Amino acid sequence: MDAGNEINVRSKQRFTPRLILLSILVPALNLGVHTLIFLFFRDSGLPPVLNALLAVIWGIFGIYSIYFTLNWVVEQYPDKWKERVTPYVFVGPAVLLLGWLLFLPTLRTLYLSFFNADSTKFVGLANFGAVFTDRLLLTALRNNLMWVVIGTLACVILGLLVAVLADRSSFERLAKAIVFMPMAISFVAAGVIWKFIYYYQPGDEQIGLLNAIIIQLGFQPQGWLSMVQPWNNLFLIVILVWMQTGFAMVIFSAAIKGIPEDMLEAARMDGAGEIRIFFKIMLPVISGTVLAVTTTIIVFTLKIFDVVMIMTGGQYGTEVVATEFYRQLFMYQNAGYGSTLAIVLLIAVIPVIILNVRQLQKGGNL
Amino acid sequence: MRKKVKAPRRKGHWLVNLILGIICVVWFIPTLGLLISSVRPAADILQTGWWTVIPHRQWDTVSQIKLDRETDLRKPIQVNGQTFQDDQLKAGVEVGDQRLIWENRRARTVNVQEKKWGASTNFTLQNYETVLGGKEYKITQPDGTVQTEQGSGMGRSFWNTIAVVVPSTVIPIFIASFAAYAFAWLKFKGRKAFFIVVIALLVVPLQVALIPILRDYTALGLNGTYFGIWMAHTAFGLPLITYFMYNSISQLPKDLFESAFMDGASNFTIFSKLILPLSVPALASICIFQFLWVWNDYLVSLIFLGSQPEVQVLSMSIANLVGSRGNDWHLLTAAAFVSMLTPLAVFFALQKYFVRGLLGGSVKG
Repeated sequence: MDAGNEINVRSKQRFTPRLILLSILVPALNLGVHTLIFLFFRDSGLPPVLNALLAVIWGIFGIYSIYFTLNWVVEQYPDKWKERVTPYVFVGPAVLLLGWLLFLPTLRTLYLSFFNADSTKFVGLANFGAVFTDRLLLTALRNNLMWVVIGTLACVILGLLVAVLADRSSFERLAKAIVFMPMAISFVAAGVIWKFIYYYQPGDEQIGLLNAIIIQLGFQPQGWLSMVQPWNNLFLIVILVWMQTGFAMVIFSAAIKGIPEDMLEAARMDGAGEIRIFFKIMLPVISGTVLAVTTTIIVFTLKIFDVVMIMTGGQYGTEVVATEFYRQLFMYQNAGYGSTLAIVLLIAVIPVIILNVRQLQKGGNL
Repeated sequence: MRKKVKAPRRKGHWLVNLILGIICVVWFIPTLGLLISSVRPAADILQTGWWTVIPHRQWDTVSQIKLDRETDLRKPIQVNGQTFQDDQLKAGVEVGDQRLIWENRRARTVNVQEKKWGASTNFTLQNYETVLGGKEYKITQPDGTVQTEQGSGMGRSFWNTIAVVVPSTVIPIFIASFAAYAFAWLKFKGRKAFFIVVIALLVVPLQVALIPILRDYTALGLNGTYFGIWMAHTAFGLPLITYFMYNSISQLPKDLFESAFMDGASNFTIFSKLILPLSVPALASICIFQFLWVWNDYLVSLIFLGSQPEVQVLSMSIANLVGSRGNDWHLLTAAAFVSMLTPLAVFFALQKYFVRGLLGGSVKG
């Protein structure tokens, strides 16, 4: 094929009825085919293994085929149009999906939060008033605050500590693998692990590790998860720290390795101690990374759900906003309260958003 | 691509190694306990801590004393010429370096125990069989009674999880990479605005979106379907993945595309022949993260898949186990370990890409 010649011809091409037809037909065909496959999967009684395999194949090739065919149609357009439309083919699916499943829902939830339980009556700010006076929900808010502050701080500090130590230790790879490993474990499985550690059998031989240690030290065994505030919450937060420190550590470690060695060497020459070097040189250099990691963990911690649900089901005063949200929505069928709780979470992260957009602008990424 | 001259750092100060070593041990113990518990027989788990598999000093029965059939248990009991109360024998009473304890009160036998080095090394794979098979299993209790137990059928949820996780990892990465390329290298109207919205959505807690999505899904019949949950995971993962891919793709050298354009390559060709291969480290690390997140997700599956057993994923079946059989530690630990195997394997197999991929994204230089 003569590429140069083709481009010449193309630029003189007009928007023909054939192109318009293609632009409608190809997306329609895509929609139709995928709907058919979807219906097939929904109603099929295939054996699990085959079903999973076919679903995976459909998922992967499906997404490729959509981009490929759409792009193919755009490739037929005259050059000027091609240049104009291609970016939208590229960002289109992302924008549409985000619009449908994140952006609009956020607005809709905001709208719902002004309505009563079954979204039939406008109640103004009554739900917000209720959320901030209801004892249960206030406990949830207070607990979430505790999770965010203590959990995030502990993860970031420990993550930094491990990253710095591992960098100078003789078993860096092994240490990092061990600390990171809990990231690969689901909260549900971690729940099982820690339930077993906190396990308490009244008056019997203790098979939970923590109680066994306590007995060795000469104390009485405890029911850790039903303890008074704020202790049981702290025991739950330990689980988050155990799981998320690895995430912080990996990213900090990458950032620390990016610090030019001569910079550190120069400081050492000047007689600065390792601790001084850490606070005066390393920390300022990786401050952007620290902010990014802190943000990620804060956001993650704000929506903490699984740990509490698995470990205590939100009993003994351990409820958090996400578990209360789930309870309001699915157990009490109260979409009004549920939405309000979600919005309260959103309001809580707004400062974090602003901080991050500012940082991006400073870094020239926007 | 990246050539890094690494000056040797000062390695191996003993204090550094010691502190790090302690942290590592603390970090590893919970998982170790789970692994050991999952291969111990049900009765053993409930009677002794998992750490008893480590050799330690423990009471070992050396002989048994048979008491008179007529011994009255309410009165002081004569054993080897000494008298004890029933309560004492129940708890075990030490005589010299030996201990006397009831073996069986009905049969009137008393155990004579001595402290010996030992370890409970009674291991079994039955827990795993029970958990994976979902059939009924007979478990012989230590006192001889046979108990029938219903397994939990995790095999089915394993395949469901695969069907949910793989597309939920591939689809968002695909969509995000295309978008990131456009944001980084193509000129179009609204580019900046769209990108700011994507970044802002990064911190939107997903709870905010759940109720409206649930309503849409119910209307469209997407609840409880693979497609529905793929879309949900895709949307929730997109902002972060797009941001990551943007960081990586925007740092590629510009002249690379220009020469390709000169040769008449289309954007699609440049993307699939140039961008994707060059971003492999970033793709790999984001792939691992998304895989782990989706695999370990519980809330999204709980809400959009409901609790029908046909579509249940692993995290849900364990959560059900925790709820319904909270003290069946032999099942819980085995089930938890089954659900950990795949992500751990993925993690250890792709571990080396982590630092490289993340470096490409977050650190310049």
